[in-house]
Amino acid sequence: MQVRRLIAGTLVPLAVTAGLVGCNSGDSAKVDPTGVVSIQIAEPQHLLPSNTNDASGIQVLSALYAGLVSYDQSFKPVPDTAQSIESSADHRVWTIKLKDGYTFHNGEKVRADNYINAWNYAAYGPNAQNNGYFFSRIQGFGETQLGPDPDGADGPEKPAPPKAKTMSGLKKIDDLTFQVTLSEPFTEFETVIGYSAFYPLPDAAFTAPGVINEDFEAAPIGNGAFQMNGKWEHDAKVEVAKYDGYPGTKPKVGGVEFRIYLQPSAAYADVLSDNLDVIPQIPTESIVTAPDDLGDRFQRSSASQFQFLAFPTFETEFSKPEVRKAISMAIDRDEIVRSVFKGSQQSARSFVSPVVAGYRENTCGEACEFDPGKAKALYEQNDGPKKLNLAYNSDGPHKDWIDATCNQLNANLGVECVATPEPKIADLLTKVEEKQDVGIFRLGWTMDYPSMESYLGPLYTTKGSSNYYGFSNADFDRLVSEGAAAKTPEESIAKYQDAENILAQQLPVIPLRFAQNNYGFSTRVQNVVVDLFSRIDLSQIEVLG
Amino acid sequence: MARYIIRRLLQMVVTFVGATFVVYALMFANQNDPIQALAGDRPVSDNVRQVLTEQYHLNDPFLVQYGYYMRGLLTGDFGKTLTGRPIGDVMSDAWPNTIKLALLALFFATLFGIAAGLVAGLRRGSVFDNTTLALTLVVVGLPIIVLAPIAQLVFGVKLGWFPTTAGARPSLYGLILPALVLGAASTATILRLTRASVAENVRADYVRTARAKGLSARRVVAVHVLRNSMIPVITLIGVDLGTLMAGAIITEGVFNIPGVGSKLLLGIQTEDGPLVVGFVSVLVVVFLVTNLLVDLLYAVLDPRIRYE
Repeated sequence: MQVRRLIAGTLVPLAVTAGLVGCNSGDSAKVDPTGVVSIQIAEPQHLLPSNTNDASGIQVLSALYAGLVSYDQSFKPVPDTAQSIESSADHRVWTIKLKDGYTFHNGEKVRADNYINAWNYAAYGPNAQNNGYFFSRIQGFGETQLGPDPDGADGPEKPAPPKAKTMSGLKKIDDLTFQVTLSEPFTEFETVIGYSAFYPLPDAAFTAPGVINEDFEAAPIGNGAFQMNGKWEHDAKVEVAKYDGYPGTKPKVGGVEFRIYLQPSAAYADVLSDNLDVIPQIPTESIVTAPDDLGDRFQRSSASQFQFLAFPTFETEFSKPEVRKAISMAIDRDEIVRSVFKGSQQSARSFVSPVVAGYRENTCGEACEFDPGKAKALYEQNDGPKKLNLAYNSDGPHKDWIDATCNQLNANLGVECVATPEPKIADLLTKVEEKQDVGIFRLGWTMDYPSMESYLGPLYTTKGSSNYYGFSNADFDRLVSEGAAAKTPEESIAKYQDAENILAQQLPVIPLRFAQNNYGFSTRVQNVVVDLFSRIDLSQIEVLG
Repeated sequence: MARYIIRRLLQMVVTFVGATFVVYALMFANQNDPIQALAGDRPVSDNVRQVLTEQYHLNDPFLVQYGYYMRGLLTGDFGKTLTGRPIGDVMSDAWPNTIKLALLALFFATLFGIAAGLVAGLRRGSVFDNTTLALTLVVVGLPIIVLAPIAQLVFGVKLGWFPTTAGARPSLYGLILPALVLGAASTATILRLTRASVAENVRADYVRTARAKGLSARRVVAVHVLRNSMIPVITLIGVDLGTLMAGAIITEGVFNIPGVGSKLLLGIQTEDGPLVVGFVSVLVVVFLVTNLLVDLLYAVLDPRIRYE
C-alpha cells in the first residue's frame, strides 16, 4: 500500500547505470531481440490511464502508452510524443503540438482529439476517476465536478450534477495541435503532463462521447512501444508484444510478461531460480541476503516516497519550533535505517526527495543531525512535554521503526514515549483531519509529478490538501505561489528552495527517510534500469540469447 | 435414510442464510471507510468518494445493503469488487485453485497419515513408532509460516526438484510441494489419531475373537482394526477439508497460488463486504456438505449407526 507513483535514479544508480551500459555494449552479440522478459507486478487495480494510480498498473501502462514528455537525467521534461510544448508569456496558455506518425495499436492515428477526449473523461466528476484531480489546474475543471453533497457523503441526498461535461480550457487547434488554458499560471506544467494520467485514448475506447467501453480495460489500446498480447488475465499475468508501428525508440525485447504475484517474497524466490526476470522491489526480509544471492544483479536507486513525523502544531505543547527541533535531533535516523530497514531505505535530511530538480542535500541542517546531548538541553529549556505519543497505522509496516524511534526518544530526551497504533490508515487520517489529539503522527508522501511543488504545495501550504498539522506561514505560501508563476522553471526552483528553507526553521514535520528501489534480476537479462517513475525502463532492458 | 438426508439439506438452507447474514453483519460492523482502505496512504478526492459511495450503497443502512446483496445473490449476481471486477469472475478463478490444492493436500495427509499411523499403532514402542512421534512433534511445532518458505528454498530454489512457485494456472506437478506443506499439519494429526485409535482397537475383544476364529492377520488388520479405527479419523478429515480451503493464506502467498485464502484476506483488508460474504457463503456450503458426507460415512463404517 505504500509504494505508489515512485521515481527513481540518483547519484549512485545513475552512475551504476552508466557503467552498465558501457560494459554491456560489448556483449550485444548475445542479446536476443525477440526474447520476452518477465517482470513482477501485483494485481493492478485498474488499467485505464485516468484511473490507475498503483505502481503495478502504472508499470503496465508504461509499456502500452507513450507520454507527451519524458524526463532527462536531471529530471527535467523533454518532449517525447509531443513535437513542441510552448506557453504564453504568463505560463497560462500552453500550446501542445504532436509529432506526426504515431498510431494506436488498432491503426488509428493519434490526434489532438484523443488527448482532449481522454482528459475530459478523466476530469468529469461522475466518472470518479482516481486521477481526476491531476486536471484541476485546467480552466473549467471546477464546472465538471459534482456539487457539494448537501448532507455529506453518507446522507441519502445526492450532490448537484456538474455544470459542464467538458473543460473549457481544452481547445483543438488542428488535428495535431491543441491548446490548454490553465486557471492560474503554472510554470512547470510541462513537468506534470509526463505522468500516466495524461496518456491519450483512442476513439475505440469510447462507445459514445464520454462513455468508456466496459471491456476496454481488459485489453487497453495505446500509442506505446508495446501492444496487448491477449487479455489481462486477472491474478495471473498481462502479456504485451512489441508494436511494429511505433515510431519512437524501439525496445530491445520482443515482449514483456507482467507476472502477477500475491507476495514479493514468492517473486524473489522465482528470481533466484531464474523463473522470473525482474523484481522491482525486493522484500525487506531478503535485503540482507540479496547481495550474496544476486551479486551485481541486486541494485538500488532512489524513489520519491518521503516518510516523516508530523506535529499537530496547533497544540500548545508542540507550538514551539525548538521543541520540534529537539525531538528531531534526538532521533538517530541512520541507526534506524540500518537496524530496522537493513539499508532498504535512506535517511532523509531534506523536505523534497532526491528525485526532483532542485533537491539539495541536508536542507534540514542541524535539526536533523543526531545530537542527544544538545537535544535534551534544548528540550528541557523549552519545557517540552513529559509524555509523547507516536501515532501510526498498523495496517502498514510501521510498528518496528515507530517502536525504535520511541525508544530513542525515551533514552535521549528522558521522556515517556508511547507508540499508539490505529488499525488502519483511514482511521489515522480521519483523526488528524478532525484535529483529535493523537500526539505526533507518521505519514508518507509520494509525489504526483517530479517537481518540488508536488511536495511543498499539498503538504505545507495553508490550504494544502494534505496539510494535517495546521501549519500556516504567510511567507511560505507566498514563495510557493510565486514559484508556480515564475518566469522560468529555474526561477521556480529558486523560489521553492527559499520556501524549503522556511520549513527547515519551522519544522512542522521532521524528515525521516526516503524510499529506495531495491531491485534484482535474473541471469537472463541485462541493462535493467529503473526509470523516473520507479518503473522498469522497457526501452533499455535486454534479454540474453 | 432418504428422509434424514432431506432433513439435513433443509437445515442447510437455514444455516446458509443465517451464516451469510452473520458474516455480512460482521463485515458491516467492521466497515469503516472501504474507499480509503483501497486507496491506501493517498487522500481520496471528495468527488470520487461521493460517486463510489452511491455506487456501492455504502451510505445505506445495514438492512438495505443486505437486501441489495441478497437480491443480487438470488439472481446469481454476486456483485462487484471495489475495483469493479465481477465477484463471480473472481470466484470462478479462485475456487478451482483452492479445491485442487486442498484436495491434493488432504490426499497426501490421508495417505501418509493413515498408513504411518497404522504401522505405528500396530508396532507400539518400536523404532518406527518413536521416529514418527518425534517427526510429528517437529511438524506440529513448526508453524506453516516457517515451513513453507523453508520447503520452497530447499526443494525449489536450491535442489530444483519442484517449481519455486505454482502460479495462477498451476500444473499438478507445481502443486505437489505446496500441497505437502499445506497438508503437513493435517498429516501429523491424522497420524497421531490413527495410531491412538488403532492401538486401542488392537486390544479390543472383537479383534481377539477375530484372531481366535483363525482369520489371517491381514484381514484382521484391514477389516476389523482399521475400519473401526476410522470413525474419529474421518471426522477429523471432514473438518480439515474446510480448514485447508479457508486457511491456505500463507501457502497461497508463498507459492503464489491465487485462491480463496488470499482473496478473503484482500476482502477483509479492503473492507469489501460482498467479496468476503461471497467466498464465505461457498465455504459454508463446503463445510455443510462435508459434514453431511462424514455423518453418512459413519453409517457405512459402523453398521450399528442408523439414521432415521
